[in-house]
Amino acid sequence: MNILIYGIVNSVVFALIAVGFTLVYGVSRLPNFAHGGLYILTGFITWVFFNSLGLNYALAILLSLIVTALLGAVIYQFILIRVRGMEASEIIASFAIGLAIMEGLRWGGFAGRTYTIPVFIDRVVHIFGVPIDFQRLIIIAGGLAVVAFLWLFTHYTKVGLALRAIAQDERAAMMLGIDSDQTAIISLALGSALAGLAAVAILPLGSITVETGYNVLVYAIAVCIIGGLGSWPGAVMGAFVLGFAQILTVHFVGPQWQMVVVFLAIIIVLIVRPSGLFGKQKELEERV
Amino acid sequence: MELKSRRKERLDRGINVRTTGIYAVSSWREIAYLVLPRLILIVGLLILPLVLPSMYWQRVICITCIFALLALAFDFLAAYVGIICLGGALFVGVGGYIAGVSNALLGLPPALTIPIATLGGALICTLLLLPCLPLRGIYFAIISLMYPLVLPRIIEALDLFGGTEGIAALTTFPNIWVDQYLIIVVVLIALFALRRLANEDMGLVLHGIKDNDQAVRASGMSITWYKAQAVFIGALIGCFAGAYLSHLYGWVGISLFGLDFSILPIAAFVLGGPGTLVGPVLGAFILTPLSEVLRAFGPLRIVFYALILVGFIVFKPEGLMNYFQRKYHQFEHWIEV
Repeated sequence: MNILIYGIVNSVVFALIAVGFTLVYGVSRLPNFAHGGLYILTGFITWVFFNSLGLNYALAILLSLIVTALLGAVIYQFILIRVRGMEASEIIASFAIGLAIMEGLRWGGFAGRTYTIPVFIDRVVHIFGVPIDFQRLIIIAGGLAVVAFLWLFTHYTKVGLALRAIAQDERAAMMLGIDSDQTAIISLALGSALAGLAAVAILPLGSITVETGYNVLVYAIAVCIIGGLGSWPGAVMGAFVLGFAQILTVHFVGPQWQMVVVFLAIIIVLIVRPSGLFGKQKELEERV
Repeated sequence: MELKSRRKERLDRGINVRTTGIYAVSSWREIAYLVLPRLILIVGLLILPLVLPSMYWQRVICITCIFALLALAFDFLAAYVGIICLGGALFVGVGGYIAGVSNALLGLPPALTIPIATLGGALICTLLLLPCLPLRGIYFAIISLMYPLVLPRIIEALDLFGGTEGIAALTTFPNIWVDQYLIIVVVLIALFALRRLANEDMGLVLHGIKDNDQAVRASGMSITWYKAQAVFIGALIGCFAGAYLSHLYGWVGISLFGLDFSILPIAAFVLGGPGTLVGPVLGAFILTPLSEVLRAFGPLRIVFYALILVGFIVFKPEGLMNYFQRKYHQFEHWIEV
C-alpha cells in the first residue's frame, strides 16, 4: 500500500515536471533545456514575493507564475526565434540560458537550506493506514487539474486548437493562417508557467537548491523520452513508469540508486523502442 | 519609388584562388600566403611557455590547452558529424579516473597510464554512448548531458575509487616544461590530424551523415558504425585531456565530472568559430585566461560563459575565426544595389 500511494505521488510529480517540456517540444519542436532553470527560478521568485515583499501566499504564487510565463515568452522572442530550425544552436542556446539562470542563483547565494517556501496546508491524513501529508495530496490534485486543463484547453479553445494544429502539421496550419511564431511564443510561455506550477507545488516538500534544477531537467527529459518526445499521453504514461520504477528501487534496493534507475530506463527504451511508448514520430525518420 | 540599398560584395583574392590548386608552390609569396598563418600558430604555441612571466601563468597554459583539446573534440563532433555533446566532462572524468586508478592502485608510470586511459577511456565512452548513436536529433545531447550527472552519484553511492574524496598522490610530471610541451604538442597534433581527417574519405562520409543521413544509409553504409568511430575519436581527445589533468594535479575526484568541462569548450567553440577547428582553440585561449582572471567570482564565471554563448550564437553565429579567414582570403567593398 505504501508503495502504491507513494508511487502515485511520485508519478504525478514526474508528470507535472515533464508536461511543460513536452508541451513546448510537441508544439514548436524546441528542446527547452532551460526548463530546470525556469523551475528553480519560479521557486525563488515565489520566495522573494512571499518573504521579502510580504505578499499573500496565493498572490505570490500567481505573480511568480505570470513572471515565469513572461520570461518564457521573452526567451523565445529575443533569443530562440533567431536560431529556430538550427538544432545545434537551439540546444546550445537554451542550455546556456538555463545554466545562466541556475548558476546566477547559485552565485547570488539564493539557494540552500534557508530558502524554503511553505506548504499550503500543514496536515497529515491517513489513507488505508498510510500517513500522507496534505501537500502530496495537493500535488496529485494539481497534477490531475493540469492534465484536465490542458486537455480542455487544447480541444475546446481556439488558441489550444491552433497549438495542436501546428504540432500536427506545421505547413498546413500556416496555410490556414496560424502564425507559427505566435504559437511558439504561447507554447513557451505556457510551458514555462507549467514548470513554475510544478515548482510551487513540489518545492514546499524540500528546500530550493540549484541541484534540483539539474535533476528536474534530467527527469523531465527522461519522462519525455520514455513516453515519446512531444506526445502528451506519452508523457503521463512515462511519468507513471518512471515514478513506480523509482519508488520500487528506493524501497527494495536503496535510495542512492534513484538517478541510476532513471538512466537505465532511458537506455533500455532507446535500445528497444526509440520512439518511446507513445511516440508519434515515424520509425524510419527517427531511427536512421 | 527608388529604393537604394547597399550590400557588401566579396571577391576572393587572386592569390587565394591560385594557391588552392597545385600551383601553390610557384612563388615564395604564395608559399608564404599558405604557410604563414599555420606557422604563426605553431611557433606561437611553442614559444608561449618561454615568454610567460610566472609559474602561475605557465600552469594556466596547461589548463588552457586542456580546454582547447575539449573544444576541438566538440567542434569535430558538432560541425563535422552533427553530434552535439553537452557532456565533455564525461570524457574528462572517465579518462582521469582510469589514469588515476591505474597509477595509484596498479602503480603504473604516467608513460603507461596516459595511453591506457586514452584508449580505454575512449572505448568505454563510446560504449556508454552507443545506445543513442542510431538516433538523430536531441537524444545524444540529452544522454551526454546526463552521464556526467549520474556517474558521480554512482561513485559516491558505491564509494568506488575513494568515493567523494577521490584518489590523491598520483605521480606528477617531472617538471613544468614537460607539463607544458606535452600538452601543446598534443593540441597541435590533434588539430592538424582532425583537419586532415575531415578531408579524407571518412570525413566526407561523416559530413554526409550530418547533412543527409538517409542518403548515406541508402549508399549502404552503416551510420551507427561511422558515428561510433567519430565519437571514439572525439573521446580519445577528451580522455587524453582527462588523463593529463589527473597527472597534472596528482589527484582525481568527482569534480572531474564538473560542469566547467562541459560548458567552457562549448563557449570556446561558439566564440572561436564553429567548423574551423582552429577557432575553438583560439576561443579556449581567450576564455580560459579570462576565467582565471575572474576566478574570484566563482559560479558567476559559468553565467559569464553562458551569456557569451547566447550572445555569439544569436548575434554573431560565425564566430571569430570565420571572420578572420574571410578577411584574409577576400576583398570586401560596398556596392549599390
